[in-house]
Amino acid sequence: MDPPPEPVSYVCGDCGMENTLKPGDVIQCRECGYRILYKKRTRRIIQYEAR
Amino acid sequence: MSSSDSGSDEAMTDAQQQKGFVSALEMPDVPSQKLQPHLELRRTRVLCNADAPDNTDTIQYSGAYASMGVDNSLRLDQFANNFRVEVKRLTEDEMEFDMVGIDPAIANAFRRILLAELPTMAIEKVLIANNTSVIQDEVLSHRLGLIPIKVDPRLFDYLSENDKPSEKNTIVFKLHVKCGKKGPRMTVTSDELKWLPSGSELLKASEDSNSSSRAETYTSFTCSQDSLPEFSSNPITVYPDIIVAKLGPGQEIELEAHAVKGVGKTHAKWSPVATCWYRMLPEVVLTQQIEGKTAEVLKKKCPVGVFDIEDLGDGRTRATVAKPRACTLCRECIRDGEEWEKRISLRRVKDHFIFTIESTGALPPEVLFTEAVKILEDKCERVISDLS
Repeated sequence: MDPPPEPVSYVCGDCGMENTLKPGDVIQCRECGYRILYKKRTRRIIQYEAR
Repeated sequence: MSSSDSGSDEAMTDAQQQKGFVSALEMPDVPSQKLQPHLELRRTRVLCNADAPDNTDTIQYSGAYASMGVDNSLRLDQFANNFRVEVKRLTEDEMEFDMVGIDPAIANAFRRILLAELPTMAIEKVLIANNTSVIQDEVLSHRLGLIPIKVDPRLFDYLSENDKPSEKNTIVFKLHVKCGKKGPRMTVTSDELKWLPSGSELLKASEDSNSSSRAETYTSFTCSQDSLPEFSSNPITVYPDIIVAKLGPGQEIELEAHAVKGVGKTHAKWSPVATCWYRMLPEVVLTQQIEGKTAEVLKKKCPVGVFDIEDLGDGRTRATVAKPRACTLCRECIRDGEEWEKRISLRRVKDHFIFTIESTGALPPEVLFTEAVKILEDKCERVISDLS
């Protein structure tokens, strides 16, 4: 059996509030009700060449 | 004529004078060591005619005027006596000076070395931990790379491919800014880049997670840079007030920037000058006396005010050339018909260069120029050792 899926946090596209969603949840911000949520950026360091 | 011949020549002339002859060399219309004026003009001046500049090449060949008995060869002592440099303007980051008595090829070599071959420090690697701003990571990195860093590049080594970044070859800056959730948008300027004298603070993600012996950062400094005598009293800063990014409410940038030594021919961000250029000294000659109304017209024609009017007394006035150096050779003064072309001759002095250096702030402009001279010297020495 797979382990139960971890809740993932998303950022509201309108107010910037962090939302944690589980599979099956309604995609909607808890604060303002906005329906566009963004996945958070990775915390891994990305290296660029400054050219 | 070489000096070894002069003895026998004198003997000849003595003998000829005794016979009642006059040597052709002693005739007044035969030039001796001086070139005739029209040839001297072509040798030393570029003529800026109404349609196109004329006579732009320099005469290099030593025997170019041999038929007139004039030696055109370049001699070291002659160059050393005639060459001079006059500083006209010198500020913290800008300099204008005159370089007189030098070949355009060498003046241009200095310009090119200043632009492309003098090293500076510039941000080359950007490690982005977080960037939620609207500006893309790539664009942000590129902008960071172009920020001038106020540090003497002579204190650093080049970072070659197999080297590890150390305190000898890398400068690390940190940028961590966050805009408040509620409030106005924020402008991130280059002042927010903070120097990290002890090297990188970001930890490298280790391949095998179980080996937690010691966390590795992106640099391997053996000591802190601010413990070194050259940086202990003057911390490394960047050029302030350059806008890097703008942040909306709640947006954040967290990154580390690693600066290394490089030269302008690799990438323009390493160029130590904003611009560096020269122009030849303009020369404005009135070939006719310009009086009265015509002089007024002439004074009005020039957009940079080269000409002035002089009072001759008894109610007459005449035009004079007051500020020839300001002339941009726009040729506005010789545009209105052939009679104007006859009145004024616009020229450039071929061996007089007005050199301007605008430094980006890493080194003062006068130091940049002396460094450029050293590089040219090194190049010459390399050629000599290759040939010998």
